[in-house]
Amino acid sequence: MSFVFYILAALTVAGGLAAILLKNTVHCALALTVAFAGLALLFLELDAQFAGFAQILVYIGAVAILVVFAILLTKGSETPKGSVYSRHSFAGLVIAAAVFAMLGWAVIHSVAAVPRGPAATPSVTVLDIGNALMSRYVLPLEIVALLLTAALIGAVIIAMHEKERAK
Amino acid sequence: MTPLAGFLLVAALLFSIGLAGALTRRNAILVLIGIELMLNAANLNLIAFWRYGPHPEALTGMMFAIFSIAVAAAEAAVGLGLVIHLHRHAHTTDLDAMNRMRG
Repeated sequence: MSFVFYILAALTVAGGLAAILLKNTVHCALALTVAFAGLALLFLELDAQFAGFAQILVYIGAVAILVVFAILLTKGSETPKGSVYSRHSFAGLVIAAAVFAMLGWAVIHSVAAVPRGPAATPSVTVLDIGNALMSRYVLPLEIVALLLTAALIGAVIIAMHEKERAK
Repeated sequence: MTPLAGFLLVAALLFSIGLAGALTRRNAILVLIGIELMLNAANLNLIAFWRYGPHPEALTGMMFAIFSIAVAAAEAAVGLGLVIHLHRHAHTTDLDAMNRMRG
């Protein structure tokens, strides 16, 4: 475990915690961006260059901006006066803690935690990924293209102003 | 602790944080943020398994993560569109105030 990994892990977890604990929704969106950036750096630490830069482009460049737009369009930028947590927040916390306990137990007691020889760094270039996308994974790629088009049209239709129907 | 276990623990922690956010917050946008965190934790798992798995040159986990990022982007667009529509309809994004399915 390298020192860099601990720094990146702490950054990511702190960003995630701040994203769900802060009161002001805009601050939450900014903390979410920090968590996304930490995840992108973790991907780079794992020698997954393409996924790391795709994470930066898609999440920091698009999803975070979309979240900020949605916050401003729904007038959610003011800090709410009352509680920001729902009525059933205690049950939610208990469920989340139980899920973490179970996942952590499974990871620590799995074969993945048994030390092995150091894994060789995979030499995967963007060229290899492009070749794989265009040969073996060409059908999923086309389906994703269709899905993105459908999502684009669907999101516009959902968020469009409803026309006054004939009364 | 091996590097793989470290990454899996970080992903588990991030998933739990996202789950707690999705289950405890009132604002619908914060619930979506929690769901995004959970999706990202799953991506981190996929990439970690790809990196420390026996056949990284097969690119299986990497491709899964890339397609997952694309699907998550579509999910975010439709989810936020729904929140905006909901706000126009009910004039609030407070999920506790939405207690009926009728328009």
